[in-house]
Amino acid sequence: MSAVLESQDHSYDHHGPAKGWRRWVYTTNHKDIGTLYLWFSFIMFLVGGSMALVIRAELFEPGLQIVEPEFFNQMTTMHGLIMVFGAVMPAFVGLANWLIPMMIGAPDMALPRMNNLSFWILPFAFLLLLSTLFMEGGAPNFGWTFYAPLSTTYAPPSVTYFIFGVHIMGASSIMGAINIIATILNLRTPQMTLMKMPLFVWTWLITAYLLIAVMPVLAGVVTMMLMDIHFGTSFFSAAGGGDPVLFQHVFWFFGHPEVYIMILPAFGVVSQIIPTFSRKPLFGYTSMVYATASIAFLSFIVWAHHMFTVGMPLAGELFFMYATMLIAVPTGVKVFNWVATMFRGALTFETPMLYAIAFVILFTIGGFSGLMLAIAPVDFQYHDTYFVVAHFHYVLVPGAIFGIFAGVYYWLPKWCGNMYDEKLGKLHFWLSFVGMNMTFFPMHFVGLAGMPRRIPDYALQFADFNQISSVGAFIFGTTQLLFLFIVIKTIVSGRKATAEVWDNPEGLEWTVPSPAPYHTFSTPPDMK
Amino acid sequence: MFAKAIPWIRLSIGSFLFFSVTAKADWDVNMRPGVTEVSHQVYDLHMIIFWICVVIGVVVFGIMFWSIIAHRKSLGAKPATFHESTTIEIIWTAIPFAILIGMAVPATSALINIYDPSESDLDIKVTGYQWKWHYDYLEEEIGFFSNLNTSPDEIYNRAEKNDHYLLEVDEPLVVPINKKVRFLVTANDVIHSWWVPEIAVKKDAIPGFVNEAWTIIPEPGVYRGQCAELCGKDHGFMPIVVEAKTQEDYDAWLAERQAAAARERELRDKVWTLEELMERGQKVYASNCAACHNADGSGIPPAFPALKGSPVATGPIEAHLNVVLNGRPGTYMAAFGPQLSPVELAAVITYERNAWGNSKGDMIQPIDIANRQAAE
Amino acid sequence: MATNMPGDKKAMKPAKLLAVVLGMFCFGFLLVPLYDVICDVTGLNGKTGDQYVLTEALDVDESRWVTVQFSTSNNADMPWSFAPSEVKMRVRPGEMHETYFIAKNITGQRMVAQAVPSVAPFSVAQYLHKTECFCFNQQVLEAGESIQMPLKFFVDPEIPGRVSKLTLTYTLFNLPEVAANL
Repeated sequence: MSAVLESQDHSYDHHGPAKGWRRWVYTTNHKDIGTLYLWFSFIMFLVGGSMALVIRAELFEPGLQIVEPEFFNQMTTMHGLIMVFGAVMPAFVGLANWLIPMMIGAPDMALPRMNNLSFWILPFAFLLLLSTLFMEGGAPNFGWTFYAPLSTTYAPPSVTYFIFGVHIMGASSIMGAINIIATILNLRTPQMTLMKMPLFVWTWLITAYLLIAVMPVLAGVVTMMLMDIHFGTSFFSAAGGGDPVLFQHVFWFFGHPEVYIMILPAFGVVSQIIPTFSRKPLFGYTSMVYATASIAFLSFIVWAHHMFTVGMPLAGELFFMYATMLIAVPTGVKVFNWVATMFRGALTFETPMLYAIAFVILFTIGGFSGLMLAIAPVDFQYHDTYFVVAHFHYVLVPGAIFGIFAGVYYWLPKWCGNMYDEKLGKLHFWLSFVGMNMTFFPMHFVGLAGMPRRIPDYALQFADFNQISSVGAFIFGTTQLLFLFIVIKTIVSGRKATAEVWDNPEGLEWTVPSPAPYHTFSTPPDMK
Repeated sequence: MFAKAIPWIRLSIGSFLFFSVTAKADWDVNMRPGVTEVSHQVYDLHMIIFWICVVIGVVVFGIMFWSIIAHRKSLGAKPATFHESTTIEIIWTAIPFAILIGMAVPATSALINIYDPSESDLDIKVTGYQWKWHYDYLEEEIGFFSNLNTSPDEIYNRAEKNDHYLLEVDEPLVVPINKKVRFLVTANDVIHSWWVPEIAVKKDAIPGFVNEAWTIIPEPGVYRGQCAELCGKDHGFMPIVVEAKTQEDYDAWLAERQAAAARERELRDKVWTLEELMERGQKVYASNCAACHNADGSGIPPAFPALKGSPVATGPIEAHLNVVLNGRPGTYMAAFGPQLSPVELAAVITYERNAWGNSKGDMIQPIDIANRQAAE
Repeated sequence: MATNMPGDKKAMKPAKLLAVVLGMFCFGFLLVPLYDVICDVTGLNGKTGDQYVLTEALDVDESRWVTVQFSTSNNADMPWSFAPSEVKMRVRPGEMHETYFIAKNITGQRMVAQAVPSVAPFSVAQYLHKTECFCFNQQVLEAGESIQMPLKFFVDPEIPGRVSKLTLTYTLFNLPEVAANL
């Protein structure tokens, strides 16, 4: 990261980064903080991934071989929490930090010190969470959805650490979101009106509003748990007039927007990449913006589709079913727009484009199973089976994770000034693609055949597909070490990249040299 | 599509990867239609939506792959410059909307059918416990627990797994065919979910609240399901077995059940020997206690303490009885007083005091427990 | 447009956003009473509402019968014996009826319990009115004590015609002394 030296304008580097650890701990620079976020999320990705491999190893064969059910439940819980809050969300905040100021021609984030704080409380949140693994009674074992009363009356003592950890993660996300909104609304270069913003900026603006709306609700629900556990209240216990189902309503009021928080920025990334490698402007920019906004709006009124079997009145089931089906419309518009962008373009297939194409295809498959899950009467058969596991991994792995990979390959040359190794990148893609599909596609089958989720052992008829899944999971998991190697190799020894990197890409970030200087756009740039 | 693809999948996957394919496993790739009218309706709906998705997928991915193949730069493709068309946007908003309405119509009618409140012939209260089910025939006034019947040896790979591994119980739920059976689903501790795929019934069991579901099973048979909501350690080990019988067989079963309850009362009054109690106690222990305290009494400390050599199991019998009857509030130890009969209680307490090297040599008679429960 | 904002206006932005955050946090807690109101109005989750105060004489619907079933459950940690005195009653909508439940503390110490009612199907919960019920109060029983707990109820004549049977279930919870004193 010797970015400063190559700056062409002296006004950029009158104060460069500090030396040593101080640079990273004290930094208020959006690029440094973006880097911190990205490395942190990758470490969490490996930690959460190892837990997934424990799960898949146990499920390789029927019977209990490797772990006891108690520990198995801790693994599923921690895997979910770490992947959602530790890997996917921080990775997108990292991309936002790196790219939003450069895309809108801002010198930095609007609130740089808060930016530093919002990153540096995260490692402590996850230290708290991970430390529970070594506690008496074990780590949280009630699933990442932590339904009461399993997570209150029947929880291990470590649940209090979990609650505090969630509070800190929430504070971090809220500060990050405030920063992003303040940056986008206040620091755009003068000619950049809202409807001229790159789509990545748009999707993040909408995501940030979602975060501000729902992370406090999550904080509220864990606070209620805390009070139920330690202060004798009965929010979620029928004994004192409370209701365990209330927990699910409040949780999913947070939870459903949360899943869009994890996918909207990926929509943005893909909307940047597909036009570049199709050599054609994005089709239907305006409709993309409106589609994203309507998805975000709808996400607030569909939460109870996670709870169809909880015993709702008919009218409730119908409302949530219709509202959920409606989400297919704006999502469909986005997919059609991406396809139309590729249509009659001049396509090349560098690694970012491969990931973007896989994103469109596999996310759409996840969307289809989502549509099937929306149909309440059929959901009675799908609910809490591996079909659901297959569905949300199809939208999160090739959706969020592939979106992040695509973004990293696309902008890495801009960040560190070197090209990644295209051959290795493609190898990483194909191994990930095969491993991912091998892991998650058979889960549709076992789910439909009747295998419930979150079980450490299963009936014999599910054995074969589970073996395939487990082999796929180990392929996918080990492949990510290759990704680590590729990134390090690029940073230390890649071929020098040009300022534009790609063939005539659009966006202000490509007008600054590669690697991007430590300080960019001290004065607002002109838009072409 | 799936059905035809099966042999191919089996061939290709089987030959590429040399799995130790379990003989009993099958390659089910789709939901089973089940046996009831509702389950067939649900299955048909599932297939309709699946095929709609396939058609949409073929069209969208078809166009995409055609672009990928035909419009590549390496073939000299020159990019077009169009980037917007309001007409097209309106069309591809309207068409999905119309398709969705087409899906919503059969879905709504299926849902209304599932919510049919008409009068039932038989009402069974289903209660989820950590980690077993309890069935109460409300008006017949019988009730019993249904526990996993798979041996730990099979689970821990010390014995060959049988065909119904993890899907077998000691006491199945028995219902008559062609009668509307109403399930009142609730829970004793945490949230469970009662699911039998073949009859398309899945209802969450929520402590303090009673959910409702129903089925009419048209043919005799054994239908297996599992708990579908994470409920703690042994969530994967609390299966459901529903046995549908003809009316005559059901009536016979019911009479036998009621007679057994009377016999149980008789057994309660007789004087048991230590051996008899130990023998019965081992069975009671296996289905009620072994999940947490382990078959050998070693427990899983700290949550589930060992019984072998424990101060309770080797201390005064009165205190031991008290823990088993009333549980330990605030821990995993439930109150077994309401769950087990006096015979079972006496047997299991005696067993715990005299097994695995615990050798108190004392015992408690069922009648004493019954008297105590009645007198206090 | 945005960059031309005066400095003090700009500084307001994060403050406003923080206000939204605090508002949403409070909204999280507001969901609790909101949910209760919705449950009371719609009968969601089988909540039967509070004590019903009868203001005028009832019109008894002599044209139909409704079966009311009674059932009891014990929550974990609750060793009392607890049962309805009769498992079902056939009643005319609008007719006042009385029954009782029997509870017995079979343990060796004083205990406090709370019975929580739930009606299936949920959709008709608001048509079952209780004018007197032990579920409105906590129940204290000394060791070995037993009690008959009365329930007075009627089925609303407005109950939809499709419904001919409903089940009232009481779940008995053990209240730790701390919670019971609140």
